[in-house]
Amino acid sequence: MTILVIAEHDNVHLKGATLNTVAAAAGIQKYVGGDVHVLVAGGNAKAVADAAAQIAGVAKVLLADAPQLADGLAENLQAQVLAIASSYSHILFPATASGKNVAPRVAAKLDVAQISDIIAVESADTFVRPIYAGNAIATVQSGDAVKVITVRTTGFDAVAATGGSAALEALAAVADSGLSSFVGREVAKSDRPELAGAKIVVSGGRGMGSAENFKILEPLADKLGAAMGASRAAVDAGYAPNDWQVGQTGKIVAPQLYVAVGISGAIQHLAGMKDSKVIVAINKDPEAPIFGVADYGLVGDLFQVVPELAGAL
Amino acid sequence: MKVLVPVKRVVDYNVKVRVKSDQTGVDIANVKMSMNPFDEIAVEEATRLREAGKATEVVAVSCGVAQAQETLRTALAIGADRGILVQTDVELQPLAVAKLLKALADKEQPQLIILGKQAIDDDANQTGQMLAALLGWPQATFASRVELGEGTATVTREVDGGLETIKIKLPAIVTTDLRLNEPRYVTLPNIMKAKKKPLETVAPADLGVDPAPRLKTLKVTDPPARKAGIKVADVAALVDKLKNEAKVV
Repeated sequence: MTILVIAEHDNVHLKGATLNTVAAAAGIQKYVGGDVHVLVAGGNAKAVADAAAQIAGVAKVLLADAPQLADGLAENLQAQVLAIASSYSHILFPATASGKNVAPRVAAKLDVAQISDIIAVESADTFVRPIYAGNAIATVQSGDAVKVITVRTTGFDAVAATGGSAALEALAAVADSGLSSFVGREVAKSDRPELAGAKIVVSGGRGMGSAENFKILEPLADKLGAAMGASRAAVDAGYAPNDWQVGQTGKIVAPQLYVAVGISGAIQHLAGMKDSKVIVAINKDPEAPIFGVADYGLVGDLFQVVPELAGAL
Repeated sequence: MKVLVPVKRVVDYNVKVRVKSDQTGVDIANVKMSMNPFDEIAVEEATRLREAGKATEVVAVSCGVAQAQETLRTALAIGADRGILVQTDVELQPLAVAKLLKALADKEQPQLIILGKQAIDDDANQTGQMLAALLGWPQATFASRVELGEGTATVTREVDGGLETIKIKLPAIVTTDLRLNEPRYVTLPNIMKAKKKPLETVAPADLGVDPAPRLKTLKVTDPPARKAGIKVADVAALVDKLKNEAKVV
């Protein structure tokens, strides 16, 4: 039994989510044996494949390199994965925007169920996944021949990025489907770490009051070297961009430290951050549900507390 | 151009679900049910396309128990023209729903199918993509903006770290993200009108689909509880705790 992991990358850098996904693959390998392979499908992505070959525990890296694979178009990636799918018992994608985009297409073409967002491996065919925004945890068993899985990265500690020496094999790239084309990308430029993988996250909620007021979080985030996040309420109100959204419908994070500022703690938000190691809540309402999950709560006016905290660190 | 909009009946957004003591699932008896919020955005988008003269008919579809009729009536009240219920008591998983929708799409021949990106009960985020694959159509998932052209759609998508725009050939699948639109409030006159709109019921067997689940749920449990911590008096006390107790700064 061989396990395939689909690498997350931007054609230049291998993304950290790949390492968590390899960790999940290693968890499955304990039950089924065999090797772990990594597929890098991209354009001019040799550097990514070289990086993937260094990942601890990976036996082989497959590189499909062609312009039609450069922009993550789901139709082409689906075909590329299907071209090699028959060699694998488990096919794992990180549960990122791109993994979620492609994995179900692969599962449907293989006529198998997909197991989404797993947080633990119980055996070769049994996995644990949150449902209802993490308010319940389901253990599910797949009877299908091939397991197509997306991996919630916060559920698995990343394997070492170096120490491995996988063989590198070039694959023939599939043809362009002609069904879709890439137009452009607006990547939010930031010197801050990426939200999904950050060690510290500073998030603001509706209590921030305006997009302008959100800026008072910046010195604190800078001081902590933190990524910035937001509750859905703050995103809905237009105070923060959607890719900052932490919660059931946004990103799931589990940093070492999560600082929730002016966030009441709606179920949907808690679902996205309650696995953080240490949670700090700053809110003027002492009854706010966020205090029910916070390790350290500070009741007070955020407009006073946040600058003071930034100054004191 | 015909637009198909699948909608799912789920436990209402504001309900905190309880896990059953026998660990077989969550208790949904006597719980408020509503349309999946992402699907509401899908119905709104389709309705706006028809109102703008770009779509000619909006067909809402729901797969599930008889009560999913209520969800379809909500879709009709927002603006869908007619509804189709694929009625079954079988537990439906995304692959089965995608197969049912494919059979309906083969029959109805829509140019565009708009779905919610995920349902807030099973949080699978699969059905739209699976349907696209089964139909052999392109997809634009997690859409925050959809512009229809001549036989194409240009869609802006919410991806990690920003936005991405792709162009897809019609017929195609679009799945909605939160910022695509803000669904309208359903008015009483429209609810009354919706009651008179046609709603057809079919069975999975009529569509030639076996909807049996592929994944077996072995158990459903409560998530590990997080204990509430302490309240600190001021910033100095907070900094002290973070430095000396939690050691995270």
